[in-house]
Amino acid sequence: MIERSPFFDFITYLAMAFGALVVVIPFWITLVAGSQSLQEVSQVPISLLPSSHLFENLAAAWTRGDLGPKLINSFIVAIGVTVGKITLASLSAFAIVFFSFKARMICFWLIFITLMLPLEVRIVPTYSIAANALLPFQVILDTLGITGLVQAVSGVQIALNWNLLNSYTGLILPLVATATGTFLYRQFFMTIPDELVEASKMDGAHPLEFFFDVLLPLSRTNMLALATIMFVSSWNQYLWPLLITTDRANFGTVVMQLKALIPAQNGTPDWNVTMAGALIIMLPPLLVVAFMQRWFVRGLISRDK
Amino acid sequence: MAQITIKGVKKNYAKTAVIHGVDVNIEAGEFVVILGPSGCGKSTLLRMIAGLEEITEGEIAIGGTVVNKLEPRERGCAMVFQNYALYPHMTVRKNIGYALKVAKVPKAERDARVMKVAQSVSLEPFLDRRPGELSGGQRQRVAMARAMVREPKVFLFDEPFSNLDAKLRVAMRSEVRRLHRDLGVTSVFVTHDQIEAMTLADKLIIMNAGKVEQIGKPTEVYNNPASRFVADFIGSPAMNLFEGEFDAEGHFVHGAGGRMNVSQLNGVRQPGRKVVLGVRPEGVRRTGADTHGAIPAVVDYVEELGASRLIHADANGSRIVALDNDSAELKSGTPVHLSLADSALHLFSLEDGRRISH
Repeated sequence: MIERSPFFDFITYLAMAFGALVVVIPFWITLVAGSQSLQEVSQVPISLLPSSHLFENLAAAWTRGDLGPKLINSFIVAIGVTVGKITLASLSAFAIVFFSFKARMICFWLIFITLMLPLEVRIVPTYSIAANALLPFQVILDTLGITGLVQAVSGVQIALNWNLLNSYTGLILPLVATATGTFLYRQFFMTIPDELVEASKMDGAHPLEFFFDVLLPLSRTNMLALATIMFVSSWNQYLWPLLITTDRANFGTVVMQLKALIPAQNGTPDWNVTMAGALIIMLPPLLVVAFMQRWFVRGLISRDK
Repeated sequence: MAQITIKGVKKNYAKTAVIHGVDVNIEAGEFVVILGPSGCGKSTLLRMIAGLEEITEGEIAIGGTVVNKLEPRERGCAMVFQNYALYPHMTVRKNIGYALKVAKVPKAERDARVMKVAQSVSLEPFLDRRPGELSGGQRQRVAMARAMVREPKVFLFDEPFSNLDAKLRVAMRSEVRRLHRDLGVTSVFVTHDQIEAMTLADKLIIMNAGKVEQIGKPTEVYNNPASRFVADFIGSPAMNLFEGEFDAEGHFVHGAGGRMNVSQLNGVRQPGRKVVLGVRPEGVRRTGADTHGAIPAVVDYVEELGASRLIHADANGSRIVALDNDSAELKSGTPVHLSLADSALHLFSLEDGRRISH
């Protein structure tokens, strides 16, 4: 639609400016509050002009929140989840699109159904699996009576236990399964012409060689788009890390630490330090989006071949 | 070089049969063209040789080995696809060399072989470009180079030139001919373009509706079509075909009571027998009204071809096309007399379309 009316242009710009304002104001207030002293931040109404205490506030937040090790934890978890999601999504989409096996549609629908079961809904069963990842096998063995049989014969009691609480594995694995990623890849793989698949067969390529030599290079933009979304969403995870980590000192993530930076009910209301901490914590995802946005838009919108 | 034997091969998709039993022998080093209208099963047959389609019934052997259960890579075939099927993210060099890379050929040898093949199809200046930066003809040459570099036992071509313009098509045709002469590899080429088929083939296989209609040299197929379908399909302009029957005096009666004197068909002129009489336009000539057996007709329109002309005329309710070298102007509606050359008549059964020899 092409409109050439100055009035319409004005309205459009107005709407855009309003949207930008709504998005930018919270960031601006964070930045402003993070740069003020305790006195300045306590004024009512708050001043909307930055002050000169930014670096001392950043330093205070850094030590109070123990942000150094926590940032490393967050990076490990976010990168682990992102890599895991992309690997799982691309491989499962590969299986669904390029192989015709009997359970193909069942697998497809099973993955589809998980779209309706986000982590928050299944958090209790997921927690009990994380507490003992071998629990399902134990239940199977118990139900089949194998545990009792082995105990009767050898006197050894089978008790399988693999605890994932307070570990990177526990933080990462339950977040790795992603229906969204599988769908994104599936849509892309379906645009690959059949002839390309057949040409690689004639060239003698093994399916995995086709996957690595042809599909992955061709899906680079998709992969980067997916990585951007996944990195930001796993960086922002709060509920799951909170639930699974009791050992905050060693396995806490920065988003959990944000809570620790909020002033206590009867403590000093130093919101300036809290805001400075928030600045540090939201910087990595901001940078990732800023660097990736070109690929991000391309990977999700156009089909560049 | 390898011989290909196709024995009783059938193909069904679910319950629909698309190929109803094909038997063909392809000699080592032969250039075979499978020709037929779209949907006749010619590509399916080629893909079954390649291993891209499963064989429902029957047997295909390449070089004496039955390949029914072999993976495409184990059959020793290379294929050139209609839409080139080049890897868009690889350079020409990598596209050509990919099969060798997969086969774990050492890099030095791989580069040498890619270079040699690229030279033979004059692609060296483009080796570091991507397929997207090449013209249609160049892409097709990359596809051929990719097939050649593996030194396969069999080349398979699946309508490779249908995306090229007419001039390029002629050039690529002679290129394929030259490559076949130089390499001598058994080749199977699928096309729906009869000129491509006639010029390239050592042996022509005409297919229709999942059946082989005729196998033979291009000239054989042209001069002795085995069925009404082949007669109609091969040759441009198409053969004149008249449905009709013989009367008591042995004349051929067609259209709205038109009669033709066809004494050369002696022996098969049983009265009442329903047949199709075929004669190519070059077998129909203009003649004087007093010639014995001349067929009176009325000119409908004339197609100018430059060196000659095609006269489309109506002879007693039947359409007839004649090739005419006479430059005299003919207007629509002019009465003319046509005669059929003795040797040019083909006779087919109306019932099953097979040729009736005479």
